[in-house]
Amino acid sequence: MLELKHISYAVPDESGMLGILNDITLTIPDHKLVVFTGPNGGGKTTLAKIIMGLVKPTDGKIFWNGEDITTLGITERAKKGISYGFQQPPRFKGLTVRDLLTLSSGNGELSKDRCCQYLTRVGLCANDYLSREVDVSLSGGEVKRIEIATILARNAALMIFDEPEAGIDLWSFTRLTETFEQIHDSGAATMVIISHQERIISLADEVVVVGDGAIIHRGTADEILPRILADTLSGCPVMGKEAVRK
Amino acid sequence: MMDYEVDRALLEKIADLVGKPVGAFNIRKDCGCDGRQSTEHIQITGKEDKPGIDIRIQDGTMGETCHIPVIITKPGIEEMVYNDFYVGQNCNVNIVAGCGIHNCGDQTSRHDGIHTFYVGKNSHVHYSEKHYGEGDGKGGKIMNPQTVVYLEEGSSIQMDTTQIRGIDSTKRYTKIVCGAGAEAVITERLLTHGEQVAESDMVIELNGEDSKGRVISRSVAQDASVQRFRPCVVGNAKCFGHVQCDSIIMGQAKISSVPEIEANCTDAQLIHEAAIGKIAGDQLLKLQTLGLTEEEAEDCILKGFLA
Repeated sequence: MLELKHISYAVPDESGMLGILNDITLTIPDHKLVVFTGPNGGGKTTLAKIIMGLVKPTDGKIFWNGEDITTLGITERAKKGISYGFQQPPRFKGLTVRDLLTLSSGNGELSKDRCCQYLTRVGLCANDYLSREVDVSLSGGEVKRIEIATILARNAALMIFDEPEAGIDLWSFTRLTETFEQIHDSGAATMVIISHQERIISLADEVVVVGDGAIIHRGTADEILPRILADTLSGCPVMGKEAVRK
Repeated sequence: MMDYEVDRALLEKIADLVGKPVGAFNIRKDCGCDGRQSTEHIQITGKEDKPGIDIRIQDGTMGETCHIPVIITKPGIEEMVYNDFYVGQNCNVNIVAGCGIHNCGDQTSRHDGIHTFYVGKNSHVHYSEKHYGEGDGKGGKIMNPQTVVYLEEGSSIQMDTTQIRGIDSTKRYTKIVCGAGAEAVITERLLTHGEQVAESDMVIELNGEDSKGRVISRSVAQDASVQRFRPCVVGNAKCFGHVQCDSIIMGQAKISSVPEIEANCTDAQLIHEAAIGKIAGDQLLKLQTLGLTEEEAEDCILKGFLA
């Protein structure tokens, strides 16, 4: 179980401190799929990075399976079963797709069959990609799918995905949502997915809407989706009137 | 032949040799010959007028490997060696060179090698060369390799050079002259650390129609080491040339990378690119999220980069 207790994060600015996250408390039970959604700049990615240890909170505590991990570094959290798929994954000159999958699994050299399983689940063919370097020769969408495959190979108890759909084509996106659904149905991991996609939001056990550094709404997908739609339309002078007429 | 642990370790490092090599070989140790074997198709003979060997490869030799490693295990040895390779026509051969210095003394050990290749029509040569130094003495470990290659029509060379660790000073010079349809590919991997200095000058002359030349240089400069690269491709005919230099800079190191292309023909297509940068922070963070420590992540990135 993941517990965030009174998490705050602030950065210095001209007038003192600027709050990015303000007193967020949230519990995510094991094997649940939770989607963080909300407007750009609302604090979703910062919150996810705080769970992985990529950002240190200025206040609050994080508990993973009952253990206080607030002061632990990234590596220690990874070893305790937390994984993180970056929104914009880095590229590596000289490291191949197979190297990255092997490093992710942490179990020595991976068989081609094993690699193939991970890559197929993100819509890539092992024959085409295993020996390719994860460098600028790959497109943004390809690098993104390889990033997600590394999280599958990591097979951690907590999987965090930051906008996994960004840059991915429609066909691969369908395959990806099936993969999330399979992991969820099998109870293999707890998942936190940052997403704006209705298809992913509809998979969630709980949807957490993060905005202005706080949790604005929480609930099931059925409860939250109409609310998101209404908020979106009311923010637009033209579409908002249309929504009122309906 | 060689019973010493130092010899075995050096030979494995520089030429991947474990035990006696299969096929033709010449092992040079401390200015002398420590073992030599010719085969039906590859003849190795010592030079009469100066230190070094002649390697003559018969026409049509296919799939054979020739090992010619050099090891220096005593301090104070300084040598200049001339090795000439005469590769016949329609061959496909591997040449494994390399030099290892073990210096536990206070005097400098130095190996200067001049390799000259004459590659016959339609032959392909894969040439690999690793340089490595070890030993905790104050004496310097210096290597200055020169490689000059003449490629006849339709022939090619793939040259893989690697400086692993421990070479205090190196001045490399490589020149390849390409005839019609000939192709030269040089991949250079170089690591310097401490206060080491490495210089590498290369020239590929594309003289024949439809010749190709490619330089891929990757280097890592750590601590206070200094590196200078000057690869040049000259297009004198309808040809294609590409120079690519990538370096990772760390600590207080300094790197100068000056790729050059020179066209003397309107049908010459030449490209160069060069980049120097430190290890990106997001690369380290990504590998840490996979359970590696920061040091392990750095090591992994460097090994991959220089692989």
